[in-house]
Amino acid sequence: MGLATAYLSLIVLLPLAALVWQAGKGGRTGFWHAVSDPQAVSALKLTLAVSVGVCLINAVMGTIVAWILVRDRFVGQGVVNAIIDLPFALPTIVAGLTLLALYGPNGPVGINVAFSRVAVLLALLFVTLPFVIRTVQPVLLELDREMEEAAASLGAGPLLTFRHVVFPNLFPAILSGVALAFARAIGEFGSVVLISGNLPFKTEVASVFIFGRIESGDAPGAAAVSVVILLISFAVLLGIGALRRWTTRHDRA
Amino acid sequence: MHKWLLRILGLSYLGVLLAAPVGLVFWRTFEHGFGPAWDAVTTPEAKHAFTLTVLIAAIVVPANTVFGVICALAIVRRRFPGKGIVNALVDLPLALSPIVVGLAFLLLYSQTGWFGSWLSEHGIQVVFAFPGMVLVTIFVSLPFVVREVVPVLREIGIEQEQAAATLGASPAQTFRRVTLPAIRWAVGYGVVLTMARSLGEFGAVSVVSGHIVGKTETLTLHVEERFQGFDYVGAYAASVVLAMLAIATLLAMSLFKPKEEVR
Repeated sequence: MGLATAYLSLIVLLPLAALVWQAGKGGRTGFWHAVSDPQAVSALKLTLAVSVGVCLINAVMGTIVAWILVRDRFVGQGVVNAIIDLPFALPTIVAGLTLLALYGPNGPVGINVAFSRVAVLLALLFVTLPFVIRTVQPVLLELDREMEEAAASLGAGPLLTFRHVVFPNLFPAILSGVALAFARAIGEFGSVVLISGNLPFKTEVASVFIFGRIESGDAPGAAAVSVVILLISFAVLLGIGALRRWTTRHDRA
Repeated sequence: MHKWLLRILGLSYLGVLLAAPVGLVFWRTFEHGFGPAWDAVTTPEAKHAFTLTVLIAAIVVPANTVFGVICALAIVRRRFPGKGIVNALVDLPLALSPIVVGLAFLLLYSQTGWFGSWLSEHGIQVVFAFPGMVLVTIFVSLPFVVREVVPVLREIGIEQEQAAATLGASPAQTFRRVTLPAIRWAVGYGVVLTMARSLGEFGAVSVVSGHIVGKTETLTLHVEERFQGFDYVGAYAASVVLAMLAIATLLAMSLFKPKEEVR
């Protein structure tokens, strides 16, 4: 136990302390100056905007994919189910390279999104693909179908049944998957770095901006924006924790 | 009707986003036969990158496995001050940007960092060298074993362990004979996830490695370096190696997962 705490302090706590210390060294004005740098603001805005977009698409598409994996039967379903986790297992740089191979300048289909904001969206969708599917799937599996049958026998159509019976049950799971996807998206680097072109004020996301500042030796600037990202991640993590407690309480009731 | 619509919608989303790009990279790698791809992954740089990647994983995986089991035991079975903080800290690496992780380690161990002057006085190089790369990889893959083992420990309860203790087993014997067999599939699953993450980490390693070709270049960094150097065959071939490791990971995951559920 003491060993675990020591390991954790040394590996996790100490580096983060150094980061926060570096960001706070310049005082409030120094921190504010670094964060309000136009390029930093632009990178943070883009990161947040694309991450929100990623969350919305994941909420819809993730639920649909989870649905066809649980409620549908088709040939090759096992394979489809198995490859869902590929974005978790695949290194991010490989993810970026694969997307660039298909949707880049030399792609075979004639679609070229490289160095555009669509590319950033695509990369983030790829790496966050499993989150909503994997949180919704188990809930859908355990969902009592009698409720839906009851709704149907009372004359509700599929859409009405989904909206009033299925969706309320899935909502906490969708939300928790979306939160995980969001936390992942705001910090993503590897998959974005090749395909986005890292154009300042256009396709540069926060983590790429931080990387650039590190390379140019601007530690205060890098640390300040890092702390902003860190705070957002921490808030999301706390939110997920609260959500879990809230849903388990509902289960018991 | 809506059943077909959903099926087509879901499957085409997966196809466009996942299957087609990954498939294309495999095709591009082998489009001129097996030879060029093999030559590209057997250059001295590529071989060195592969060895380095495996070496890092060989240190990180055992370290995080031992820590993960101890930490899970502490979280589930012990009460100690700061337990809530430990619980939150364990999850943090999952939600943190790898670049931020790399920067945090730079601020500690680089020349101008907290320990920088002490380290250089003693001639120890941490960042832009092997130790730094190991440290950040430990950081990013830290949560996996803990998170897999904690729920299983909660579920099995303490009755069996208490029974063993009553019958005169020492704590070490109880752990080896009772606790470990109960959590072994969870540990296995956690190890697979830890390994996948350590083999594939890019961002954090990229920050602390210094990108020295043939020295501090892992396989993922090698992919980027080849790509930036317009050696697409080299980049694709190294990617395929990593992708095959990822697919092996998925297979291993499915091997551990069902047994976990049957249990």
